[in-house]
Amino acid sequence: MNIVQHDKLQQTLMHIFMIILVLCCVLPFLLMVMASVTDEETLIRNGYSFFPEKFSLDTYAYLWKSASTIGRGYVMTIAVTVIGTFCNLVITLLFAYPLSRKDLPFRNAISFFLFFTMLFNGGLVPTYMMYANTFHIKDTIWALIVPGLMMNAFYVIMMRTFFSTSIPDSLIEAAKLDGARELKVLTKVVIPLSKPMIVTQVLMVGLGYWNDWMNGMYYVSDQKLFTIQMILNNMINNIQFLSKNAALFGADVAAIKTPTVGIRMAIAVLAVLPILIIYPFLQKYFVKGIVIGGVKG
Amino acid sequence: MKTTKREKQGQNQYLKKEIWKHRELYLMLLPGAIYLLINNYLPIGGLVLAFKQYNYAKGILGSEWCGLDNFKFLFSTKDAALIIRNTLGYNMVFIIAGTILAIVVAIILNELRSALSKKIYQVLILIPYLVSMVVVSYIVFAFLSADNGFLNNSVLSEKINWYMSPQYWPYILVFVSVWKSFGYNSIIYYATVIGIDTSLYEAAVVDGANRWQRIWHVTLPGLRATIITLTLLAIGRVMYSDFGLFYQVPMNSGLLYDVTTTIDVYVYKGLMVLNDVGRSAAAGFFQSVCGFILVLTANLVVTKIDKDNALF
Repeated sequence: MNIVQHDKLQQTLMHIFMIILVLCCVLPFLLMVMASVTDEETLIRNGYSFFPEKFSLDTYAYLWKSASTIGRGYVMTIAVTVIGTFCNLVITLLFAYPLSRKDLPFRNAISFFLFFTMLFNGGLVPTYMMYANTFHIKDTIWALIVPGLMMNAFYVIMMRTFFSTSIPDSLIEAAKLDGARELKVLTKVVIPLSKPMIVTQVLMVGLGYWNDWMNGMYYVSDQKLFTIQMILNNMINNIQFLSKNAALFGADVAAIKTPTVGIRMAIAVLAVLPILIIYPFLQKYFVKGIVIGGVKG
Repeated sequence: MKTTKREKQGQNQYLKKEIWKHRELYLMLLPGAIYLLINNYLPIGGLVLAFKQYNYAKGILGSEWCGLDNFKFLFSTKDAALIIRNTLGYNMVFIIAGTILAIVVAIILNELRSALSKKIYQVLILIPYLVSMVVVSYIVFAFLSADNGFLNNSVLSEKINWYMSPQYWPYILVFVSVWKSFGYNSIIYYATVIGIDTSLYEAAVVDGANRWQRIWHVTLPGLRATIITLTLLAIGRVMYSDFGLFYQVPMNSGLLYDVTTTIDVYVYKGLMVLNDVGRSAAAGFFQSVCGFILVLTANLVVTKIDKDNALF
């Protein structure tokens, strides 16, 4: 075998490896989508399948009818994501900008105050007690926005590093000589020059809010406040209930009495659809966030 | 040099002036500082709960001290060994399996010639990273459900009751964890590979190195610092586990507890389900303190090996 053939073979093998891997990443989602458009009886007879015998959009029609639950969940998810991401961004920018200024007294102490939160934390028990019993945050929309997600030292440091490496001090000084106040320097000089970084931050934080279900699980039991993720989380408990009963009564009972085999998957599809639609267009920003965040904080 | 009182006063005055000059900047720091105080620093104070007999009516501060009783109670059960074993064991396997796969993918992405394929692969391997663990648990359910699952209906001739068979779960959990995170790690490693000086590859080609030799002598040494850093950062977090992975993905199935209960799951259940605040707080305290020591140690090691990649 000559070198050219050998090289071609290697390329082909590497492609095969990657294609298998990529299929592993994508096919599970395809199964989910297929399950959501399969006729309910077919599902009960044949199980979830990539090639359903009979298609049906009943699940989505049902979800459309029960829009009060799902629609509400969507509105809540969007509201939480938008408000949370906005608050996070404002707090982060306001914190990162002073830290990026080399002339700020006590800059190192403040950096340490920020950084220490990445090293040590109180964990779930005290955090929960504090938010639930001291601040009475339970069953309010703030329970979905404030705990844990509204500021992340990691992103603040990322933003500060960007400010201090990419924005020339001379620009800031010039603006200040023109009489601009600090807030104006931030909004008129620093932010316009940091757009790609801000997009990255918004996407990472927004993804965190969109996918969050743990705050809801800890602090919210009022169904009116349920986001899509929480509706999904809540339905798992029903599945658990059924599978526990199945153990008691024999496995077949659960199969017959489970009315919403397909609907579960349809709601899961609705939860990931917006992300999967937006993601390919903004992929480079996600990658940037991962690369900057992954190695260098 | 001794500073006289006068000089000291002068310094103080200068500092005050400096602080006043930057008052707007301090004001900007305020929202974040308040948030960190509430969200991060107050709960650290709440760690004292681990040494108290929690009484709901009296709150954290008012509850009676009980010394190390909560810890004695925790470590007198077999739970302690179990949750520590599960947390550390799974994390170790995740780190090894995840790192190897991520490096292989990064190297392959670098070796492939077709730019379009590279791009497509990069986009697709990141998809699992983008969805929540709850959605992942639905996907796993679609495959493993005893009655409706894809595996039981379309692949296997004999039905397996997955959610009641603990022997499979260590493999399932490792698979799911690596599946969800390898894309993320691959992207980081790939970015490092791209950054390797191309003249090194050219020199290797001139020297007659084949692909394996190039990977072995140029790519892998180029990745060394990143591998060490990411691994040590991961080791710094081995006391923590992804709650969703161990609680939701196995559907909180009672028969699987022995292989799915990590410290985080244990703390959650103690607090929210069993109402056993004492043991839960003790386990949480143990986790926070060990996590802190580990992260400091890991960073110390990074500093020794490669100062540029140290966390602090």
